Amino acid sequence: MMAEIVLDKVTKRYPDGALAVSEADFTIADGEFVILVGPSGCGKSTTLNMIAGLEDISDGELRIDGQRVNEKAPKDRDIAMVFQSYALYPHMSVRENMAFPLRLAKVDDKIVRQKVEQAAATLDLTQHLDRKPGNLSGGQRQRVAMGRAIVRSPKAFLMDEPLSNLDAKLRVQMRTSLSKLQKQLGTTTVYVTHDQTEAMTLGDRVVVLRGGIVQQIGSPQFLYEQPANLFVAGFIGSPSMNFLPATLADNEVNSPIGKFALTDRIRALVEKAGASREVILGIRPEHFEDAHLLDDSAKAGGATFAATVDVLESMGSDKYAYFTVEGDQATSQELEELAADSGSADVPDSGSQVVTRLSAASDARQGESLDVWFDADKVLLFDPSNGKNLTYAG
Amino acid sequence: MTHAAVKPAPAKAAKKPKQELSEGKRAERKLGLLLCAPAALVMIAVTGWPVIYSIWLSMQRYDLRFPNQSEFVFLDNYITVLGSGYWWDAFGLTMLITVVSVILELVLGMCLALIMHRTIVGRGLVRTVSLIPYGIVTVVAAFSWRYAWDDKTGYLSDLVSAGALTDKTAAFFTVVLAEVWKTTPFMALLLMAGLALVPDDLLKAASMDGAGPWQRFTKVMVPVMKPAILVALLFRTLDAFRIFDNLFVLTPGTSSVSIQTYNNLIKGLNLGIGSTMSVLIFITVAIIAFVFIKVFGTAAPGSDPGGKR
Ligand SMILES: Nc1ncnc2c1ncn2[C@@H]1O[C@H](COP(=O)(O)OP(=O)(O)OP(=O)(O)O)[C@@H](O)[C@H]1O
Ligand SMILES: [Mg+2]
Repeated sequence: MMAEIVLDKVTKRYPDGALAVSEADFTIADGEFVILVGPSGCGKSTTLNMIAGLEDISDGELRIDGQRVNEKAPKDRDIAMVFQSYALYPHMSVRENMAFPLRLAKVDDKIVRQKVEQAAATLDLTQHLDRKPGNLSGGQRQRVAMGRAIVRSPKAFLMDEPLSNLDAKLRVQMRTSLSKLQKQLGTTTVYVTHDQTEAMTLGDRVVVLRGGIVQQIGSPQFLYEQPANLFVAGFIGSPSMNFLPATLADNEVNSPIGKFALTDRIRALVEKAGASREVILGIRPEHFEDAHLLDDSAKAGGATFAATVDVLESMGSDKYAYFTVEGDQATSQELEELAADSGSADVPDSGSQVVTRLSAASDARQGESLDVWFDADKVLLFDPSNGKNLTYAG
Repeated sequence: MTHAAVKPAPAKAAKKPKQELSEGKRAERKLGLLLCAPAALVMIAVTGWPVIYSIWLSMQRYDLRFPNQSEFVFLDNYITVLGSGYWWDAFGLTMLITVVSVILELVLGMCLALIMHRTIVGRGLVRTVSLIPYGIVTVVAAFSWRYAWDDKTGYLSDLVSAGALTDKTAAFFTVVLAEVWKTTPFMALLLMAGLALVPDDLLKAASMDGAGPWQRFTKVMVPVMKPAILVALLFRTLDAFRIFDNLFVLTPGTSSVSIQTYNNLIKGLNLGIGSTMSVLIFITVAIIAFVFIKVFGTAAPGSDPGGKR
């Protein structure tokens, strides 16, 4: 069944005046798995509820299969939804829960039975069919909620943080099976999460929202490598990107981790974007390396600085080394918001912290100084006034 | 050594799970019981004793007009009452009023509850206004109904051709109307508490699953709030069965079981027969409660099987 969902400048203004979503404008292709991600209160659920028909659309047009559906009731949109609370009917058995949409559609009893059993087999729920949802574990309930969505083969699935009530291990497990299931069914899916790991691993494309405004849309890898602005750069990736204040003069960057020349590729991009003097420098942790492990030719493409290791975390496969570098912290509204969202807003810091991911072979030691090299071609530069990525290649 | 001392404990606990209360817990429970005791004693004195005393009275021939003839007659009074047409007429009328008025109250109460639950503007005002009838003393309300419908002077009596309080059928409906008007708010209040138990997500899920408003109501809302509905019905049924004030004021002469009991006990001074009737009312009420709890599975308020969810 074809199901392309088009949001054409869709806006939501709540009766109390709160602007929850502002001119969301994107297309979800048939069979695509799209993730809506962003911090709490950014309008993810509102967007999803507008697609579902549970919230009215204040402005703009929503089209499913090329047809305007703004005025259609949820039941006429042929879309299934999975809720964070699972919303299972407590008075019905698992079987009846899953059969409910079919019963409402007055499907023949024999077919209902067959479809429910088929879905139960897919989700490994067969032995629980006659139990009540109240007696199931979290993971099982989650699967029943999935089952209720898939039995009637809807045009699209909408999921609002469906895994966030599960414990960490089960979440990873369910994430994989969810991804498999979606590929197997090939049904258009819109998935809301505030967890950037889920966003990175599940989606074909990710829509990053902030304060009701779409920041960037693209494949997870693309968002990771080419964030459009500071917000996306800081939101995507774990541990997140390091941000440092820097100045740009004569194609040289002067930053708390030293002075280095822009590479030709970056220089071209920066010139096109028309950079100011003050910039924010962004480097991902994996673009650092222990300088002792590299030979001179490898070091040529970057710069080296020395700093004391504050904390060293050995993960087996790599080591995370935390440094504090001199100078002010990079400040911008976006960074403050990100910090507030991750709960690290009021960490008193003199200087800025830099997180680096080093090879496991590094003999860095906590409390001792280390020479650290970074790849100058991987750095990103942002405009502190509007957060725009000055090195965005498009 | 410590191992040896610790080990038997779990085995014991497994055998007698009730005994695993720690000393602190036991002391706490004892204190709790002690603190409850005075209240419990008073309760027993004011409720238990009259019940037992009236059962005792119901087995006596005991008429205050002929005190000399008092004697223990065992179940004779019951045979007299249950064999009397008057009693069964009153019983039938009471049942009819109970069933009709409780059904009407349920329907109207549900509507009112839904309105109150959904109102956004002036919520407090709507709730207060709809609760006014329940706040009026029943006798007072009954008199206001009587003045309204009185055949000669009532300002509403012109609305119906038959005497609203004299014609048998009309009077029945007037009484039911008065009862419904008075107690629907109570019903609505209990049902509204039940409505609050239905999570919003459940209704959203139902509309996504394809349910229209009526289907959402019948297939999701009502089943989920069934415990609250049953409790409301139970309370109202028990209450309605004991109807007295409205009948007494509006239609003197007709009799419910309560009025007949009053006639025998207070007016007739026949303690034996009167007590028999009140014991019979007591038994009927107990049966109603039993049926609700055992057959319909009403959860007694306080015991909460839904809590395990
Ligand atoms: N019914 C409502 N009335 C008024 N404002 C609302 C309503 N629901 C949500 N909002 C506002 O709209 C904005 C977006 O809310 P939404 O629920 O879509 O956030 P979200 O991205 O889903 O957040 P979370 O991750 O916390 O679920 C918030 O600022 C919120 O305060
Ligand atoms: Mg949400």
